[in-house]
Amino acid sequence: MNTLDRFDTIADALTPDTMRLSRSDDPIPMSRLVNVELRKSFDTRAGKWLAGAIAGGTALVMAIMVIVGLVNDEPFDLTDFLQVANFLPMGLLLPVLGVLSVTGEWGQRTNVVTFTLEPRRSRVVAAKLATGVIMALGAALTALVIGFMALGAFDLFGGAASWAFSGEALVAFAPLQLINVLTGFAFGMLILNTPAAIVAYFAYSFLLPTIFLAGSSLWGWAESIRPWIDFNFVQEPLMDGSLDLNWSQFAVTVAIWFALPVALGVRRLLRAEIK
Amino acid sequence: MISVEHVTKSYGPYFAVDDVSFESAGGEITGFLGPNGAGKSTTMRIMVGLTPATSGQVTLNGRVYHDLPNPGRHVGILLDASAQHAGRTGREILTIGAMTMGLPAGRVDEMLATVGLTDSESQRRLRDYSLGMKQRLGIAHALLGDPEILILDEPANGLDPAGIRWMRGLLRGYADRGGTVLLSSHLLHEVELIADRMILIGNGRIVARGDRAELLQLGGGAATIARADDPAAFAAALDGAQIAFRAEGQLVHVFAPPVDVGRLAAHHRIALVELRAQQDGLEDLFLTLTASDAREQLEGTTS
Repeated sequence: MNTLDRFDTIADALTPDTMRLSRSDDPIPMSRLVNVELRKSFDTRAGKWLAGAIAGGTALVMAIMVIVGLVNDEPFDLTDFLQVANFLPMGLLLPVLGVLSVTGEWGQRTNVVTFTLEPRRSRVVAAKLATGVIMALGAALTALVIGFMALGAFDLFGGAASWAFSGEALVAFAPLQLINVLTGFAFGMLILNTPAAIVAYFAYSFLLPTIFLAGSSLWGWAESIRPWIDFNFVQEPLMDGSLDLNWSQFAVTVAIWFALPVALGVRRLLRAEIK
Repeated sequence: MISVEHVTKSYGPYFAVDDVSFESAGGEITGFLGPNGAGKSTTMRIMVGLTPATSGQVTLNGRVYHDLPNPGRHVGILLDASAQHAGRTGREILTIGAMTMGLPAGRVDEMLATVGLTDSESQRRLRDYSLGMKQRLGIAHALLGDPEILILDEPANGLDPAGIRWMRGLLRGYADRGGTVLLSSHLLHEVELIADRMILIGNGRIVARGDRAELLQLGGGAATIARADDPAAFAAALDGAQIAFRAEGQLVHVFAPPVDVGRLAAHHRIALVELRAQQDGLEDLFLTLTASDAREQLEGTTS
């Protein structure tokens, strides 16, 4: 069939009424926006690879731990496995996931479509935030399952596995992953550019603690303000599987590293021209 | 019905859109025509709330875009066919749109068929699409929610003649069912083929509007192509009679009927080598109007 024939066929098929859609005029429910955002997170190669790298990387890191534990005859429990997974790959890749959930739209200019289909921009941001929470909890659950499997394998091969674990340690792992994703999200909202936001995030997560460490040895006051500014420092109990946080310091650091950048980002987004 | 009321968008001292007002009625295809950078895209982006207007407002069937609860069900938009994730397949892009609007699953296949994208084409990633395929996909996306209004920025860009013919049929059918269509282009012949009415914009201002015949009237009715053996004297005579013209090498496009041009030449005893009615003076009118507006603007800013 040549091109012209093809067009004529289409024109013929098209002329009468196409599918009659119901003329409802309901606003788009938040659940639908969240569903769409979730789908968008995984329907590209980049999204699939990132999710695969998080799950696969977790499995790989834990497998290495199993081998190290067997060779060196070291005792491990579940918290040991989770701690390592939190450092790598979770601590590295979940923030990137959070950054991309926002900046990906700007990089690919899909924001034009997103914000014309839902012009109430703050609702889109809320949906993206909810998606970040769901993905963080999903990642935590995945790591937990892989952690149990690794511990089982460690035990099976004759390692000194300890099956004793506290519920607190399991619970503490979830907020850690939430923080990983949501600080990435906050940097993404503030900067709206993928490479810049990722660089800024890693500067924050690696440089800031180093600066404080150096500063503390030089000036005493740096030591005293650190727990109010250094988010990583405040999270340390969570990393050890404990919920025994200094909650006022936690609230202040959440305000600085999450609430403030998100608020600034949303304020700008509401006024900005979407290009 | 699209109603644009005194819309202005300025960036500092620069006016991208300057007091633009027009209406685009249901059942009609309105062509929004102007050179690149004339303010077409900015006006369209203001319509759909992506760019805030400095002043003025746009209503779509009586409502501001931002107040539409599920805008995809009312207004179909194609602003930039390439502004989609290059790694998604055409089908996936439509699926996301249909999901957001809450449409039944079959709608995606229906729209793919409507714009003539085959099943295997729909499973290719956008980065492997030609510009023409991207435009088709963009039009499918605009039609997804069965909207009452279509706003299409340069939709014919990248389509071959057969594609433009196809689009004319598609939009004609849509308008005949009562839909409102506003489409922009910087190419007159595209718009002429498709649109019922035209709005000419240059440097952010509307310089002319109307259907084909009305626009030709604006240019003094008929236009003439003439060639004189003394071009300088001929130009001086036209200037003296205050008749608009545009020289293109030896040929002069004159915005007056041939009989007037002939009489003028006879009066000044200028020998004409060629004198004929121009079949289509719209292109010249378009160029003249948008160019003369550029001069006015320049004078406006220096005064």
